Amino acid sequence: MKIVVTVKQTFDTEAKITLKDGKINSDGVNLIMNPYDETAVEEALQIKEKNGGEVIVVTAGTDKCMDCIRQALAMGADKGVLVKADTEADEFARAIILAKAVAELAPDLILCGHVAADDGSSQVPTRMAEIMNLPHVNVVRKLELAGKAATCTRETDGGTEIIEVALPAIITCQVGMNEPRYPSMKGIMQAKKKPVDTKDAAAVANKANVVEYFIPPAKAAGQKIEGEPKEVAAALANWLKNVAKVV
Amino acid sequence: MAKGTWVFVDQRDGKIRKVTFELLAKAAEFGDEVVAVVMGKGVEGLAAELGKFGADKVFVVDDDRFASYNTGAFAAQFAALVKENQPAAILFGHTAMGKDLAPRLAQKLEAGLVTDCTAVDQVGGKLVFTRPVYAGKAFAKVTVDTAPVMATIRANIYEVKELGKAGAATKVAPSIGDADLYQKVVKFEPMVSARPELTEAQYVVSGGRGARGAEGFKIIDDLADFFGAAVGASRAAVDSGWIDNAYQVGQTGKVVNPVLYIAAGISGAIQHIAGMSSSKNIVAINKDPEAPIFGVSDFGVVGDMFQVMPALLEELKKMK
Repeated sequence: MKIVVTVKQTFDTEAKITLKDGKINSDGVNLIMNPYDETAVEEALQIKEKNGGEVIVVTAGTDKCMDCIRQALAMGADKGVLVKADTEADEFARAIILAKAVAELAPDLILCGHVAADDGSSQVPTRMAEIMNLPHVNVVRKLELAGKAATCTRETDGGTEIIEVALPAIITCQVGMNEPRYPSMKGIMQAKKKPVDTKDAAAVANKANVVEYFIPPAKAAGQKIEGEPKEVAAALANWLKNVAKVV
Repeated sequence: MAKGTWVFVDQRDGKIRKVTFELLAKAAEFGDEVVAVVMGKGVEGLAAELGKFGADKVFVVDDDRFASYNTGAFAAQFAALVKENQPAAILFGHTAMGKDLAPRLAQKLEAGLVTDCTAVDQVGGKLVFTRPVYAGKAFAKVTVDTAPVMATIRANIYEVKELGKAGAATKVAPSIGDADLYQKVVKFEPMVSARPELTEAQYVVSGGRGARGAEGFKIIDDLADFFGAAVGASRAAVDSGWIDNAYQVGQTGKVVNPVLYIAAGISGAIQHIAGMSSSKNIVAINKDPEAPIFGVSDFGVVGDMFQVMPALLEELKKMK
């Protein structure tokens, strides 16, 4: 089975965000693989271990993204593809660029994180599925494969759904689906020898335009009290009723 | 020329999500015709309710193939409606359904889509969307120049208003094909709970590492019962196995926007704060005076949640 996993390089979730020339400042920021994409890589590796096949990881971005590819290769992926793309591409553009690179690989299954920790958009994989004319299932907690079909347990509002789709399909992964493995020393060494393709991508115009970024003002400090449980409880209850007016 | 603000009706078994009504009210402010789009089975009767809360017109698609939400049928049918009627803008709640349908539809229409918006404003006749990035550590203002302009908007941002509009229903014959039915919905397993849904809840009581396990969450449950609140949890509590992942509030969990958020035994890691910082009133109870959660709380109590929360419940009951 040929599994493609799309991964995105994002800022470390601990990173402090500042603006430089009106844009998000990336100076000195630690870059990581989007945590949701780690889940997708791990799921792909577990499927390969069970069913055989290969795992190819695809990313779109600058040369720095090579670190993400190496991390996936160190975890156990077999090949990588880096598509050079504009970091200011919107979801419409990114989906077109990624879909082209993924389609060229003719995968049986495509796994993606369901959302990126930086933009929180949750669009690209679904857009890709439309471009590639494939079924998709989003926010999957459990994936079961049987021949050319996938049974997905999907998180939705108010509960979970069980959805079946035929393969090939795009499945987006929710954290909690598995425990992503740490690359071993052996894995890291082997990763250096695994093949990585670098491709250029034809530029695609954005549909959505960011006109401004802003940092929200820091919240004014609230009150903080300490004391006997009965006293602090009374003070808090009073605040809830008379100040916050939520009782 | 594109005209009309359309709102997708998020409903299950005839029960319409509150965010749909919030968006109808907001859409009415734009001065353009407001059209609700409802797809399902046995949904014709919903037009009246949609009109009451702001829809001038309602497109109704009522067919077995739409009985359970499935992306293929919904996206194909919605695209056909859009191509026929050329709306200027299409709004969705940022719900599980909205997040799933909007991007598939947007790509069919080769349209721009702005998701997870915390505001939509009309500026000089154009819609400007505000959305958080980097877990709300920054915000972006985004526009789309081509029609239809599409967006998913968070719940609890706008108010529901009784506008008493016509809600004039037009029944639409389905125009989808078998190839659109690529998702087979085998079943829906509801999370059985008398509590409100986390992302829509007006009150949330959350527990973290300080809850120490089921005992702590029992205390949280009791306080949640008082407020009719949803229960939430930090990543630490979920990872410790005390509560299901579905209750996690934070960057890799749910984003909540209640009128009151009580964080009990939660230290306040950046990733957790990302999920609750827009709560109108934040109360934190933690033994550690240096806990980062006190940096965002409106009222902080340095103390043991096992003592403070039962005492608080007693005081609140006295007040009622």
